[in-house]
Amino acid sequence: MLNYILRRVFYAIPILIGVNLITFLLFFVVNTPDDMARMHLGVKHVTPESVEQWKDERGYNKPLAFNAEAAGLEKVTDTIFYQNSVNLFAFEFGRSDAGRDIGYDISQRMWPSLILAIPIFVIGLLSNITFALIVAFFRSSYIDVWGVVLCVVLMSISGMFYIIGGQFLIGKVLHLVPISGFDMANTFKFAVLPVLIGVVSGIGTGTRWYRTIFLEEIEKDYVRTARAKGLPESLVLFKHVLKNGMIPILTGAVVVLPLLFMGSLILESFFGIPGLGSYTIDAIGSQDFAIVRSMVFLGSVLYIVGLILTDISYTIVDPRIRLQ
Amino acid sequence: MSLLQKMNCGFIYLLFAGALTACGDGVWNDPYPTEDGSKNILYSSFSERPKHLDPVRSYSSNEYNFIGQIYEPPLQYHYLKRPYELIPLTATNVPKQRLFNAASEELDENANVDDVAYSTYTINIQPGIQFQPHPAFARNENGEFIYHNLTPDELENIHTLQDFSKQGFRELTAADYVYQIKRIAQPSLHSPIMGIMAKYIDSLTSLAKALKQEEDALKAKGIEQPFIDLNQYDLAGAKVLDRYTFELKINGLYPQLVYWLSMPFFAPMPEEAVRFYSQPGLIEKNIVLNWYPVGTGAYMLTVNNPNKEMVMEKNPNYRSAEYPSEGDVGDAELGLLADAGKEMPFIDKAIYNLEKENIPYWNKFLQGYYDTSGVSSESFDQAITFSGGGDVRLSDEMLEKNIRLSTSIAASVYYMGFNMRDAVVGGDSERARKLRQAIAIAVDYEEYISIFANGRGLPAQSPIPPGIFGHIEGEAGINPYVYDWLGGKPQRKSIEFAKQLLAEAQYKNGIDQISGKPLTLYYDTTGSGPDAKSVFNWYRKQFKKLDIQLTVRNTDYNRFQDKMHKGTAQIFSWGWNADYPDPENFLFLLYGANSKMDVNGENAANYKNVEFDRLFDRMKNIPNGASRQVVIDEMLEMVRHDSPWLFGYYPKQFGLYHEWFYNAKPNLMSHNTLQYKRIEPIIRQQARATWNQPIYWPVLLVAVILLLSIIPAVLTYRHREHIALKTKTTVGN
Repeated sequence: MLNYILRRVFYAIPILIGVNLITFLLFFVVNTPDDMARMHLGVKHVTPESVEQWKDERGYNKPLAFNAEAAGLEKVTDTIFYQNSVNLFAFEFGRSDAGRDIGYDISQRMWPSLILAIPIFVIGLLSNITFALIVAFFRSSYIDVWGVVLCVVLMSISGMFYIIGGQFLIGKVLHLVPISGFDMANTFKFAVLPVLIGVVSGIGTGTRWYRTIFLEEIEKDYVRTARAKGLPESLVLFKHVLKNGMIPILTGAVVVLPLLFMGSLILESFFGIPGLGSYTIDAIGSQDFAIVRSMVFLGSVLYIVGLILTDISYTIVDPRIRLQ
Repeated sequence: MSLLQKMNCGFIYLLFAGALTACGDGVWNDPYPTEDGSKNILYSSFSERPKHLDPVRSYSSNEYNFIGQIYEPPLQYHYLKRPYELIPLTATNVPKQRLFNAASEELDENANVDDVAYSTYTINIQPGIQFQPHPAFARNENGEFIYHNLTPDELENIHTLQDFSKQGFRELTAADYVYQIKRIAQPSLHSPIMGIMAKYIDSLTSLAKALKQEEDALKAKGIEQPFIDLNQYDLAGAKVLDRYTFELKINGLYPQLVYWLSMPFFAPMPEEAVRFYSQPGLIEKNIVLNWYPVGTGAYMLTVNNPNKEMVMEKNPNYRSAEYPSEGDVGDAELGLLADAGKEMPFIDKAIYNLEKENIPYWNKFLQGYYDTSGVSSESFDQAITFSGGGDVRLSDEMLEKNIRLSTSIAASVYYMGFNMRDAVVGGDSERARKLRQAIAIAVDYEEYISIFANGRGLPAQSPIPPGIFGHIEGEAGINPYVYDWLGGKPQRKSIEFAKQLLAEAQYKNGIDQISGKPLTLYYDTTGSGPDAKSVFNWYRKQFKKLDIQLTVRNTDYNRFQDKMHKGTAQIFSWGWNADYPDPENFLFLLYGANSKMDVNGENAANYKNVEFDRLFDRMKNIPNGASRQVVIDEMLEMVRHDSPWLFGYYPKQFGLYHEWFYNAKPNLMSHNTLQYKRIEPIIRQQARATWNQPIYWPVLLVAVILLLSIIPAVLTYRHREHIALKTKTTVGN
């Protein structure tokens, strides 16, 4: 297994280079270094000299990806792409274009993101499985039909509606929790509403997906055998079907586990939660390439880690699978 | 509390899993610690973290909200008086310019401008002003700075400024001001006013060159953010005369300099702070001058967490300052002089929370968790109503909460400009001028303000907004090329008149009489958001009145800037917020030497009129008075006639204040306004308790419905099991 993991890590390198390159190209297609300089220097009294100086200080006056005037290897290394990418592989994120240490900011901002993401993930997973099992248990009954209808309705509602509606109803009308804000010393008070919204907004999709998984399991031979043995339906469902249905659920959940660090873009923004999601949104808004590339790189790394963990989790939950 | 209420309360607590700390008469949705409810704390917000808190770099209002309370330039504006009046802040008096000829002989103040080679300003600082406590000033018993050479071990446990156990302070001196002026020239600091000041402050350009050389040399040695001892460099334009006096030497005349002396660019900077913050170990931890200001003002920034909140607390070293006892007409009736003579600042602490979205901010304001609010487009209808006569008033919901409204015309102008270098709309030919004048009549800004600004604006008659010298109200102040004075108010000329002008310009019915082709004009803009498409369509409709086709070329702000710089835009929209309340700061937007295309200046229309420029050069050196007004009137007549701009409108600002918030008077020029504000926290606490009592019965109702919905499920389950049992029994039989 160790060889397999090492090989996957090795394969990740070209993927990360590719992701970096695409991020770089997309970013600089939309924003030129001059655009970035103007954005950071402000609106009034910005001179061409100060724009040049800003670019020079941050290395944005170099060619983008190929330096025709340089000699030898410097044709590639003396470019904005290389200078801004190579340190990422050592997880040195450097300084943002506004001058702040990105690594430090990430270390500070990941905790609020996790405070939201972990409960949403755990409670959401448990709720979705529970609802899916109930619906599957009552399959072909009015509970199943209306359950699916309800799921489709929940899926059809925009995430923004959940947020604004939740803030309006729970925070503004009922006065049960603060409408927005965050305090590490009193996280529960501030996290309860965004977590509730995060869970409820995901119930429709999650329940329908897990229901499908459970219904597929229910049709299998071993279930028929269990029933033929005279086991009650509840035991069949909650012991045998649930156990086997958990294989795709677990592996699907493991892949998103590392990405929990990255936070929720919209939820954090609306609730004023200083997490990594709002960090990324702010960076895009302020054209801070240093932060954008760091966050995309981190997201890619975490996604690859998630995929490797998924492969490993397969071997744990399904003894028939071996990694070679 | 009844038994039932207690039971309900306990149930809700279970539902919210202990989210709330107490269930008594208190409110549950309070975002602040309960113990702070009765404290003298102001609550406000910021939607975007300030980019710079270094006074040499800061130039936007959201940054001035903070550093304006911390850094003190020599002068300030009177908080209440209008028109805006400059008064001393740390200076003993408002400095007067002294004029000198090339032979350094002092001239009379009425001397011919051409005879003036340079002028000087002597600024005297009040003795006894102290800087705020700060680790940069901390010294040991030997008089050495404790934290100026931090070792890696010492840095290990340092994460914020609060982690330094010792602090010190010292007296403000004239040298601190001169030091800051030298910082304007430091290239790596990118001061936005370097370009302007280099023209006026003697030798600032040569200082910048010398500093650039040293910075480059240090960078060549691998020092990325070098510390340069500015005291080693002389600047002829700023000299310390004695401990409390410094002198500025200006090339030629620049009477507007006194206005700049009220801006944070000219606030004092202690050399110790710059030296302290230049340590690489602190830079790595984001502890930099750009984030942690050091000033002499009424407040000091004690928490700077732009991810969450910024907190300002009273500066314990702040000198005694009194609330003004004189104000504008009507201020006494509004209660703005009730605190006359009282010692400031009134508020102990100001907490600014990160609030990115308007909706949560607005709702928290209505719940009493913010003390003031603007009126965004989302909340406008809820907050404001118009009376039958068109007057603005608060809605009943606001009046019920005793919320107060204040309105003020901003020292700003939003305009639509023509690129005067463009072959079709530009130039000073009669044809192009009549085309521009026709368009100026057709684009109905009264309608624009009504539709897109919720009535928050005043149609502009010139580049100079109300409240700025040179603006004239009434018939004498209208733009006669666009308006007639009818029934005691300006009336936009008819579209028929505009069409007649168009015909005279050989574009009858929107057809170019020379080429025979329909006239198509291009509007370059940066519109985004939900309103943008409607605005574009509205503009198209306005031009359509003249049968002119308008093509909208929408782009992002940076590309728009690029187009403007290259002069490829034809018609554009732009705006200007005044730096200082002087007509020069508006009329320079049309000064030929400030052309956007030529020098990337602020004259975006690239308007050049030799006579206008000559008058501008004269006007800027004349003090406010009748002779200056005559010159301004002449200049305004020229720009109204030439129509390089559609003057657009002056935005009107609306502010809402809770009943416990006092001394709120919009002051668009002052930056140190927080010290004048006062709150009554007890009234606020009572209002919060009244407005925010939790309502939990709907949650109970939902819970009951959910519980009841289990019953049919259980029945179905039992029914199924029963069928299964029967089936098994049947099979068994």
